[in-house]
Amino acid sequence: MMFLSIERITGIFKDFRPKSISVPFPSEVTPGVQEASRRNRGSLQLRHLDAGSCNGCEMEIASMTSPIYDVERFGIKLEASPRHCDGLLVTGPVTRNMSGPLLKTYEAVPQPRVVVALGDCALDCGVFKGAYGVEGTLGDILPVDLEIPGCPPEPASIITALRGLVGR
Amino acid sequence: MHWTLLSRLSISTLQIVGIAVGSPLLLGLMRKIRCRIEGRVGPPIAQPLIEIRKLAKRERIRPEYSSWIFTVAPIVLVATTLILVAITPIFSTGSSWSADLFAVVFLLLIGSVSVALSALDTGTAFGGMGASRAMTVGALAEPALLVALLALSVPAGSSNITTILVRSLYNPEWLVTPERLLALAAFLIVIVAESGRLPVDNPTTHLELTMIHEAMILEYSGIDLALVKLGESMRLVFMLALFGNLFIPWGIATRPGPIYLVIGMLSTAAKVVGLGTLIATVEVGMAKLRLFRVPELMAGAFVLSVLAVVSSLVVR
Repeated sequence: MMFLSIERITGIFKDFRPKSISVPFPSEVTPGVQEASRRNRGSLQLRHLDAGSCNGCEMEIASMTSPIYDVERFGIKLEASPRHCDGLLVTGPVTRNMSGPLLKTYEAVPQPRVVVALGDCALDCGVFKGAYGVEGTLGDILPVDLEIPGCPPEPASIITALRGLVGR
Repeated sequence: MHWTLLSRLSISTLQIVGIAVGSPLLLGLMRKIRCRIEGRVGPPIAQPLIEIRKLAKRERIRPEYSSWIFTVAPIVLVATTLILVAITPIFSTGSSWSADLFAVVFLLLIGSVSVALSALDTGTAFGGMGASRAMTVGALAEPALLVALLALSVPAGSSNITTILVRSLYNPEWLVTPERLLALAAFLIVIVAESGRLPVDNPTTHLELTMIHEAMILEYSGIDLALVKLGESMRLVFMLALFGNLFIPWGIATRPGPIYLVIGMLSTAAKVVGLGTLIATVEVGMAKLRLFRVPELMAGAFVLSVLAVVSSLVVR
C-alpha cells in the first residue's frame, strides 16, 4: 500500500513554486531620500528610461517583478506614463541621441520628482566613458537623488535602495 | 412599509460612502488574489487607497493645447457614477429615487464618453487611439447591457430597477428562467468590457500599442488621475453590485430599519467580493483578446441579450 501514503495524497496540493525572498530596508538613507519617502507615503511610481544602456540593467529590472523578488509588495510600480509617476529610473550613460528625450521625460513628470541613477554607467559612464556617442553621466544633465551602483546591480540591491524612497 | 425622505437620503449617502471607500479596496483585493495565484506576495489590499491619497497631493499638469473638456471629464465621470450609486438599490431598495434602466445605462454612457472626449482633447496620438478603441467597444457593449436589462424588465412589467428587483424577490422562480440566464451571461461580458479587464483590455499593461482604457488617461496627473481611478473603480463595483442584486436578490433591505440596512450592506459586500474574486481568479489564466476579436465577443453578448428578450416575450 505504499502508493497510497499520506505524503502522496497531500503532495498533490503542495506548493512547489519558489518563495519570495526577503529584501532588507536600506541601513542608511540620505536626507533627500528621506524627504521623498515622506512625500510618497507608501506608494512609488517610476518611469524607466534607457538613456543608452547595454540592457544588462534592464534584465535586472525585469526580474524585479518576478515572484522571487516581487517589487510590487512594497508599493513600487513601473508605469507607462511619466505623468502618473513620482520620478525617473534611468539606466546607462546619457547618449547624444537620448539626452533630448531624457529632458522631455523629466519635464513631463509632475513636481516634486526624484531621479534614480541605476547602474555604474548612469553613475560614471562605466566602460562607455569617453565614447564618441556619449554626452556624459546622468549627474551632468539632471540632479540625481538616489544612486544604485553595480554592473549590473542585483535585483535585491535595486529593491533595497528603492525601499528607502517608498519608506516601507 | 414606507420610506421617509430622511431615511431615503441617509441610505443614498451611505451607499455613496460605502462604494467610494469600498471600491479601491475591492481593486486591492483583486490585485492581491491575482498576485497570490501567481506565487507572489503582492501589495497590501489598501494599496489603491494609498495611491489615490498620494495622487491627490501631487502637482496636476494640463497638456498645453487642451481645453475645459480635459478639466471637466474626471469630475463628470465621478459625478455620474455617484448619481448612479445614489439612485439604484445597492444596500437597500429605499434608495430608489428613479432608477429607470434607461437612466442607468445612459448615465454609465455619459461617464465613458466624457473620458473618451478628454483623451481626444489632449491631441496626443495615443489618446485618440485609445478613445477610438474604447468607443468601438463601448458602442457594442452598452446596447447589450440595455437589452439585457430590458429582458429582465419584461416579466416584472416595469423598467424601474427597484421594481424588477423587488418583484423577482417575491417570485424566485423567475431567477432560473432562460431569459435570466441569457441576460446574466450578456451582463457579465459587458461588465468585463466596460471596466477594461481581461480578456478585453489589460489594466496592467505597459505597452501603449495594446492599451484601450489606459491609453485614454496617459495625460492625467495628480488629483485628476486620482478622480479617474476612483471613478473607474466605483463603476466596476457599481456594476458588480447591480449584477449581484439583480440575479441574487436575497439579502437586500426591502424595508426601513437599521438591522435590515446592515444585513443589506453585508450581503451586497459579500456578493461584490465574491464576483470580484471570481473575475480575478479567471483573469490569471487568460490572455488579452486580439483587438479585432473583441467586437466578436461584444456581438456575442448582444446576441445573448436579444435572445433573452425574445425568450422573455415568447416563453410564457
